[in-house]
Amino acid sequence: MNRTTMLLAGTVAALTMAGSAAHAERGSDGNLKVLFWQAVSTMNIYLSGGTKEQYASSMVIEPLAGFDEKGNVYPRLAVEVPTLENGGISKDLTTITWKIKPGLKWSDGSAFTADDVVFTWQYCTADGGGCAQKAKFEGVKTVEAVDPTTVKVTFTAAKPYPYTAFVGSLSPIIQKAQFKDCLGIKAPECTAANFGPIGTGPFKVKEFKPNDVITFVVNDNYRDPAKPSFASVTLKGGGDAASAARAVLETGEYDYAWNMQVEPEVLATMLKAGKGTIKTAFGSQVERININLTNPDPKLGDKRSTKEGGPHPAFSDPAVRKALALAIDRDIIVEAGYGAAGKATCNIVPGPDAYVSTKNDAWCLKQDIAAANKLLDDAGWKKGGDGIRAKNGVKLSFLYQTSTNSVRQATQALVKDMWAQIGVSVELRNISASVFFGGDPASPDTFQKFYADLEMYTNNFDGTDPEPYMAQWMCDKAPSPKTGWQGENMPRYCNPEYDKLATELSKTVKLEDRAALVKKLNDMLTEDFVHIPLVYRGQPSAFSNSIVGVKSTGWDSEVWNIADWSRKK
Amino acid sequence: MTDAALTATAAAQAPIDTPFAVFWRKFRAHKGGVAGLIVFVLIVLAVYLGPLIHRIDPNKIDIRAKNQGPSFAHPFGTDNLGHDMLAQVLAGGQISLAVGITAMLLSLFLGTFVGVLAGYFRRIDGLLMRLTDLFLALPLLPLLLVIIMLFRDTLRAAFGPETGIFILIVFVIGITSWMHTARIVRGDVLAVKNQEFIVAAKSSGMYEHRIILRHILPNVLSSIMVSATLGIASAIITESALSFLGLGFPSDFPTWGRLLFDGVNFLQLTPSRVFWPGLAISLTVLSVNYLGDAVRDALDPRTLSR
Repeated sequence: MNRTTMLLAGTVAALTMAGSAAHAERGSDGNLKVLFWQAVSTMNIYLSGGTKEQYASSMVIEPLAGFDEKGNVYPRLAVEVPTLENGGISKDLTTITWKIKPGLKWSDGSAFTADDVVFTWQYCTADGGGCAQKAKFEGVKTVEAVDPTTVKVTFTAAKPYPYTAFVGSLSPIIQKAQFKDCLGIKAPECTAANFGPIGTGPFKVKEFKPNDVITFVVNDNYRDPAKPSFASVTLKGGGDAASAARAVLETGEYDYAWNMQVEPEVLATMLKAGKGTIKTAFGSQVERININLTNPDPKLGDKRSTKEGGPHPAFSDPAVRKALALAIDRDIIVEAGYGAAGKATCNIVPGPDAYVSTKNDAWCLKQDIAAANKLLDDAGWKKGGDGIRAKNGVKLSFLYQTSTNSVRQATQALVKDMWAQIGVSVELRNISASVFFGGDPASPDTFQKFYADLEMYTNNFDGTDPEPYMAQWMCDKAPSPKTGWQGENMPRYCNPEYDKLATELSKTVKLEDRAALVKKLNDMLTEDFVHIPLVYRGQPSAFSNSIVGVKSTGWDSEVWNIADWSRKK
Repeated sequence: MTDAALTATAAAQAPIDTPFAVFWRKFRAHKGGVAGLIVFVLIVLAVYLGPLIHRIDPNKIDIRAKNQGPSFAHPFGTDNLGHDMLAQVLAGGQISLAVGITAMLLSLFLGTFVGVLAGYFRRIDGLLMRLTDLFLALPLLPLLLVIIMLFRDTLRAAFGPETGIFILIVFVIGITSWMHTARIVRGDVLAVKNQEFIVAAKSSGMYEHRIILRHILPNVLSSIMVSATLGIASAIITESALSFLGLGFPSDFPTWGRLLFDGVNFLQLTPSRVFWPGLAISLTVLSVNYLGDAVRDALDPRTLSR
């Protein structure tokens, strides 16, 4: 070998090394330690509605397209996102055609085909199966494999927003070969498949201990040969939010912990250790107080909190509802319970930006005790000897319920104090979250039954399209014994005008028109004081300082880009 | 001569020795008991008279003064909403002590009643003990859920939210914690009832209820006292567990258990939030335990000879 070749070889070697430093090799960053204080019970998201299962499974099984940190739809297994312009969506809006990336492989080495996508639809809609994500396939007539890399989804009617089926981590593609004997009522029996689904994601399940630990290792067949940077992921479940935060921020035992529902000052103390940071992703979660527009009097028996039971004796006066809204100081609530993880809001649709109304912000975001008092005085609600207002024998004394959580109880205490200043007294009640949100029709304490005057909780909508969400306040969505207490219209709001606009929204195609309609519906709810929106809640998660590449999103699984995460050297 | 004088003094002293005086003399001999009594009385006085001196409303929110350490205005500091912790601990003590003592009395009464009957009357022994087993085997939480679901609204309408919940909680704790007392008392009664003095009382034609009240009960009082002291402690703890599940008092109704629970996350920031309610619970339980110990010693007929 002469000198020139040696020099050349040295340069090439140096260049190669420089290159490898910039693009980390697959599996070069060792183990990623994740702590979920609510443990994961299954890896099959179609059998669970839980966020923890959604996040864990999204590392393994993937949808055709997902939502990025801004809420935009981006292709994952698909070549591109079908639109009207590229011909992926038919002119009459009844079909959407997905092109799958060629050469895709499952983690077991077999080829990924359009048949798997069709099968996923059959799996979730099979008779007798309790698929948790059925809503994703609502309005889907058929799903067909045109050729091995083309899938055509046909809807029963024109669908202005077709990015539901196979979009987002709530409707990932599962392998036909693995799940073909697990249809319908047999679905929960396929334990091996449900605990270790074969996927296309960056990781595959190595060991799954239900409600305890999951070990993931790199999927050797992942489509990007340079990713993921981590060789394995250990996901530990259990504990509580504060101790999970401590494990990442203060002791540094873990790299990532999710859902930090902890008082801001407690987090601030932990952050002082300097081992990690809190990243907050804002999606569409809004903490609100629902106002019961029907009468919850126990004397009414079965008619309690239903339209048949008649209107609420005090809340049928809009002045009372408006006064309650005016008396609230949202900034104090945010400061005491949420810190950087919350923003004051008067909207029930807080994002994406295109849908956010600013119409009521001027008067609504500001506390105005004097105006609230004047409003009640003018409406004839006079203060009695005990300082509580009353009119015609109806006292402004309410029962205010929510789930058990220290931040919620603090908010209750603050709101009680604010309302006391306008002569309204409230009795506080907190109910265990598993009962409150449990939906058991036999329990009187569920948020659907609403056997109280006021109730507070958070809700959000899936993905970035608020259309199904806005339909929740339609007249026929009110829970009642006739519907088995199912339905999302908790305030029992019933306004033909609203119903008309919400129906119009489901037929509107143009994005700008849809946004205008959503804003109008949102304002209608705020101005009619159907509920009092309090806080636009983010999803705070704790990350170790050594983890880079995280892009928090409130629109999809928080670990949507875990393939891009790496460890700082 | 000397003997006569001695007898005279002994005879002169005898009338002063009322049963209470005997009890008091023996009680005083138990140093731990006296200390327990002093501490317990101090806690009760502080809790009921304290709010007259420290006149801050426990539910007053002052968000600007949140998470403060001890100061002259707030001797125990403030919590994360700016509640004054001293006022909260005092107000919480009133509820916790009331719940603990009343629930303990109820469970003690039930337990002693069932235990004495089961031990004394062989015919109903099996039945009562199976009932006790039944209660022991009942899953507590679902039972509590059902009880509270069924009666909450009725009691709330009849007595108002606070008294209604108080009655409910005392009742719920009382009827779910009498079983151990019943078992212990039954065992003691079985041992006592075969002794000669009971046989003597029976043969003298004494009524059965008189035998139970005069002879059996004083002899088993010591074990009743022990379960009573333990009962107060467990009632205070059970109440805080219920409050946490949302089955207890409303959240703006401070109790020691709730204050302790709410303060755990703030242990690093404001340690006094956990320290004072924790200390209050420990001191109460400890002092009541010593108190019970001394009372038992003083009442036990077997120590009469000493």
